[in-house]
Amino acid sequence: MELHDNFIPPFSNDLLVKRKRLRRELLESGADFLDKRVAILGGSTTHDIKDMLDLFLLHHGIRCTFYESEYAQYWQDAMFPNPALEAFQPDIIYIHTTNRNVSRYPLLSDPPEAVDALLEEELDRYRQMWDRLARTYPCVIIQNNFEYPDWRLQGNREASDIHGRVNFLTRLNLAFAQYAQTHDRFYLHDLNYLSASYGLERWCDPFCWHMYKYAMALPAIPYLANSVANIIKSLYGKNKKALALDLDNTLWGGVVGDDGPENLQVGQETPMGQAYSAFQDYLKAHKQLGVLLNVISKNDPENALAGLNRPDMTLTPEDFLLIKANWEPKSQNLLDMARELSLLPESFVFVDDNPAEREIVRRQVPGAAVPELGDQPEDYIRAIDRLGCFEVTTLSADDAARTEMYRQNAARSRAEAAFTDYGSYLRSLEMEAEILPFSPMYFSRIAQLTNKSNQFNLTTRRFTQAEIAGMAEDSRYVTLYGRLSDKFGDNGVVSLVIGEVQGDRLDVILWLMSCRVLKRDMEYAMMDALAARCGALGVKTIRGFYFPTAKNGMVRDFYEKQGFQKLSEDPDGSTVWELSLAGYEPKNHVISVNSEESEAFK
Amino acid sequence: MNRTEIFEKLTDIFRDVFDDEGITLTEATTAADIEDWDSLTHITLLSAVEEEFEVKFGMKAVQNLKNVGELADLIAASL
Repeated sequence: MELHDNFIPPFSNDLLVKRKRLRRELLESGADFLDKRVAILGGSTTHDIKDMLDLFLLHHGIRCTFYESEYAQYWQDAMFPNPALEAFQPDIIYIHTTNRNVSRYPLLSDPPEAVDALLEEELDRYRQMWDRLARTYPCVIIQNNFEYPDWRLQGNREASDIHGRVNFLTRLNLAFAQYAQTHDRFYLHDLNYLSASYGLERWCDPFCWHMYKYAMALPAIPYLANSVANIIKSLYGKNKKALALDLDNTLWGGVVGDDGPENLQVGQETPMGQAYSAFQDYLKAHKQLGVLLNVISKNDPENALAGLNRPDMTLTPEDFLLIKANWEPKSQNLLDMARELSLLPESFVFVDDNPAEREIVRRQVPGAAVPELGDQPEDYIRAIDRLGCFEVTTLSADDAARTEMYRQNAARSRAEAAFTDYGSYLRSLEMEAEILPFSPMYFSRIAQLTNKSNQFNLTTRRFTQAEIAGMAEDSRYVTLYGRLSDKFGDNGVVSLVIGEVQGDRLDVILWLMSCRVLKRDMEYAMMDALAARCGALGVKTIRGFYFPTAKNGMVRDFYEKQGFQKLSEDPDGSTVWELSLAGYEPKNHVISVNSEESEAFK
Repeated sequence: MNRTEIFEKLTDIFRDVFDDEGITLTEATTAADIEDWDSLTHITLLSAVEEEFEVKFGMKAVQNLKNVGELADLIAASL
């Protein structure tokens, strides 16, 4: 079995038993790890939870050091001065509490006011803890909600009666959700759904509780780790971005080239057709998240389209960004597709019913997610859903519009092909940019960009929304966002620069740009704006830094192209650059910036 | 399954859990003989044994295990 196959559900006991070897192999896999610090504050034993979380995060390319509270000391660790945790400087605090940590449940004799008071008391304990953590640690908090209890005194009535444990836990869970809705950097981990999905009967294991004080069965721990790791990898921009879908026996039953479009199994007429249509519904819903749908099918193009154009097809050709219907190897099609969309190949989820095709893609496109679909169409949804490839932690307005943006990009490519001179093509785009200091309306998008941009990113520094807001208000920092539109549409916020003022010098600690606006001279417009801003502040030189990663090779020479002089180069390839602003000449001649008459951003 | 087979399977499990191919087990092997065998890895061991031998231990059975020989007894009795 290939190393990363261990992390496709259902999870085998091997993860627990062979954890040491798996950890070693993951660390030696040569991945370009992101280093993070995770504090686990537990209300029960957390040792194996830490070990499994470690493995799942390594699988996602995140290498963590851990802080674990002493047994069940989550509240004390959070509420009182804690030099060890403060020195640890966590990036993430995960509070692993369960219904074992509920202080007291209502008695059947309690009047309603007493039940409400008990609920408030319990909630206050948590809110105080979360508030204090948020004040003390500039990091993300992940908090479990509660799983349902193992036994029910009143049976079904526990759900409806205010004294019932099921009712009480449900109310606590709703209040936890409300807190999450109103607090940034606070994410709910849905233990309740996870335990239900796993099966409460198996999840609750009194043996594990009484023997080891684990609040769940041991074999459930990899599922818990997967679920928590999904939130963390999503926060650090490691979600998948696109689906590459097979057609025959994946989106519909049958082979369109052999059977003809009229004989495909899809639609509401038969149970089998319904299963394929339900799968298409599931896939189509992902467009709301900004997931890009694409097709890779071994078919003649006209056959593929004939299938997709059936009137009862849920997914139509317009739902897809790219449709690759040909006889080339699917791995090659996937790599081509990634290049055409300026995405990394590992941003894709490859969905195919054919095990041989899945195998080729696994071998040729490391990092792409390839779910084990199984051979029954009714099981396809679950195979993809349980992977958590598209775990949502924040949703910006840009996400829902993403397919449209990429479609506009495709239109631009076609327009480009009609020009022989690139400069006249750029001018024909009628580009307009808004380049201004960070403003609150964009904080969430800005934080998102710092966490998911990998290629055009000079320093690959990641920031939380709170840090972004802090720098925007701090006069020691120069911040600029760039939003770009053209005659095909608005690209949204696509470029960021953050500089730290050091006397009459500005150190650029972040410079990134979304790859969807490559070769549009936006980087020159940003440079001009930065130079102008520096001039106003009396800054005379700009210092730039390039820190190489496995993904940002495209900007190795960025500062050279901007006219900087190289000051130094480290053996690891890190470089430092400087530009004197005396006699600075604007470099952008094709984008109109901050124009008063502009209608683009009204 | 005879005792030798149980010991062979147990040895594989111990080697996996401790990530050490050099481990050999005897009837008298205890936690004191294996460096990383603490209360936390003990949990992993028991869980792995349950999974591999397709048995489920109760609390009463696992409370007083003294050495690997007794664990093998328990497995034999549970099969």
